[in-house]
Amino acid sequence: MVDYLIEILSRGLMSNVHPVVVFITAGILTALPIFLFMAFFALAAVYAERKVSAFMQDRLGPMGQGAGFHAGKWGLLQTVADAIKLVIKEDIIPAKADRKLFILAPFIVFVGAFITYVALPFNQVIMAADFNIGIFYILAMASLGVIGIILAGYGSNNKWSLYGAMRSAAQIVSYEIPAALSILTVIMLVGSLEMQEIIMAQSGTIWGFLPNWFIFNNPFTFLAFFIYFISGVAEVNRTPFDLPETESELVAGFHTEYSGIRWGFFFLAEYAYVFIVAAVASIVFLGGWQSLIPGIMAGSVWGLFWFFAKTGFLFFVMMWFRWTFPRLRVDQLMRVCWKFFLPFAFINILGVGIWDLFIR
Amino acid sequence: MGIVHGEEMVLNIGPQHPSTHGVLRMKVRTDGEILTQITPIIGYLHRCFEKHCENVTYQQCLPYTDRCDYIASMNNNFGYAVAVERLMGIEVPEKVEYIRIIVAELNRIASHQLAIGTFGLDVGAFTPFLYCFRDRERILDLFEMLCGSRLLYNYIWVGGLSHDLPAGFVEKVYEFIDYFEPNIQEYNDILTFNKIFIERTADVGVLPEDVAISYGVTGPNLRGSGVKWDLRRHDPYSVYDKLDFDIPVGTGAMGTVGDCWDRYYVRIREMEESAKIIRQALDQMPVEGDIREAVPKRVRPPKGSIYVRTESPRGELGYYIISDGKPKPFRLHMRSPALTALSVIDEIGRGWMLSDVLAILGSLDIVLGEIDR
Repeated sequence: MVDYLIEILSRGLMSNVHPVVVFITAGILTALPIFLFMAFFALAAVYAERKVSAFMQDRLGPMGQGAGFHAGKWGLLQTVADAIKLVIKEDIIPAKADRKLFILAPFIVFVGAFITYVALPFNQVIMAADFNIGIFYILAMASLGVIGIILAGYGSNNKWSLYGAMRSAAQIVSYEIPAALSILTVIMLVGSLEMQEIIMAQSGTIWGFLPNWFIFNNPFTFLAFFIYFISGVAEVNRTPFDLPETESELVAGFHTEYSGIRWGFFFLAEYAYVFIVAAVASIVFLGGWQSLIPGIMAGSVWGLFWFFAKTGFLFFVMMWFRWTFPRLRVDQLMRVCWKFFLPFAFINILGVGIWDLFIR
Repeated sequence: MGIVHGEEMVLNIGPQHPSTHGVLRMKVRTDGEILTQITPIIGYLHRCFEKHCENVTYQQCLPYTDRCDYIASMNNNFGYAVAVERLMGIEVPEKVEYIRIIVAELNRIASHQLAIGTFGLDVGAFTPFLYCFRDRERILDLFEMLCGSRLLYNYIWVGGLSHDLPAGFVEKVYEFIDYFEPNIQEYNDILTFNKIFIERTADVGVLPEDVAISYGVTGPNLRGSGVKWDLRRHDPYSVYDKLDFDIPVGTGAMGTVGDCWDRYYVRIREMEESAKIIRQALDQMPVEGDIREAVPKRVRPPKGSIYVRTESPRGELGYYIISDGKPKPFRLHMRSPALTALSVIDEIGRGWMLSDVLAILGSLDIVLGEIDR
């Protein structure tokens, strides 16, 4: 996207301008839609979360009374109202907080999520930048958020926040390992870190009817998908792994002291990370924009549809987890990671290697 | 490398905290996630219940009992009414006895629903809480139909009841029981036998039999430790001796006898038993009868004192009343089952993690309104 924009701009409108300015303009033009998408996705996701949780709990969820600005029809404007509330709310910084770190923390968390979107292919063409280390970049940038979380916990000068931050650091760093190792299995088969190439490698069918997605490719990648997805859920701190913000134990964990739009940034980033995990799982294991029935509905508009359908489904599964399961305890969480996921992830790598050498 | 010595941190949980079940404050010493000492600090909801009662007439004490254990007001009314009646030697009509049992058991179900729902919240499961509330709502609707009130009923009076059963009430209760009994399975499906839930609660916060008895723990918490002790059976009041029901006890099915899971599961089983009791009481209840037949015009018990204990959803709810022959009680003391349950928190919670201690607290099912009084 950026490359195209630079080319178009420097040939047309901005042909006489300094290349650096062109570059910055193109960058902003690419970043703006991503930002808007993140904000819109957070709104939509919160609405979906409310409605899905309501239906799972025998409730109706937000329901507007038709016309007027109460909450719109079916409560559609509820999240908009929430967003407005967040923006106009008083911004409180605790007197004894570490001011600089307290202010910096939400931005780091948000930026970590934001720059990860750069490498996400939404379909065959819509992609901010397709570079040769795509998946590696995503894994690296997605873990930037933990720094912000630690800063938030430390800077708040609140014992609950500190607890949340410490748990979060341990949890996110631990779960990144099985998640990355699971993706490694796919990279071994593809031989490339580039996102589009990973998706391209999943075209065609297996046995004539199954789409050639990596989840169906062999037993090891099948297992790897589940390890990645569950580790991903743990990485984004959602129930049953929401230990950093357990509302029944730590009040609100690392963001206890945050209010208003600063809290809103954490919230936005949380849903952005959720989207990233679902999107990466659907790109790496479920064929990204590849159609469910190979050859049919294959254009780039359909690509967008398939990508969002797969990501949306995985997001729904995450909500399903959240509204069904109790949460694990800290030591149990670590046990699951180090004693089950990590050994299995290593076995997967070995297995895929053998599969790749001898069977395929 | 030497051993790293961490410093202990004092952490204040509450009185405003999402899972202290009211306004309990706990001062805990923490070594990382492990809690080495737990000191519950109570009194944030103290309303001088006992002193108030010395200054109002016996009938006027009744609404105050509602406000002690506001989750199970009917049972609180019941205990107080039985105490004053025994002091005065009043025999209440049989119909009144059955209605009292029906409403008390309905309230026991409602109370246990809240207990297991909030226990689910404490371990992070949100949905079971709303399932419980969905069914609890029906009981509250029944009570609203009965006495116009949904939380503080003031329904069971000394010597009788405030209202007779409204038309269609009995059918509605049958309908509720028919709806509710199969619904317990739903709680079991979503929470009781969930693997994560069992991991979180089995073997956690084990309350051994002897510790439970020495602390005076009663009710489902005691039965969770495997002691078959239920005042409805072992010191019967009202017409409980005419009804047939089991006393569920903790068996250690998922871990050790007396762990959080046992205490939780005893409550689930008790809801089944309560439904059974209600069904029997509805079948046996006489149709005819004046519910205010035995209501005294003036409540003025003779000189003397009495201690009456009843089985509230939280355990042995006792009223100790000293009368000096005047219309106001000379002294009234309430034995709170939740207070004794809370007192074991340090004994059984010490050495567990922060998450576990809040789960243990949830499994004890305390109501601060009753502890602070």
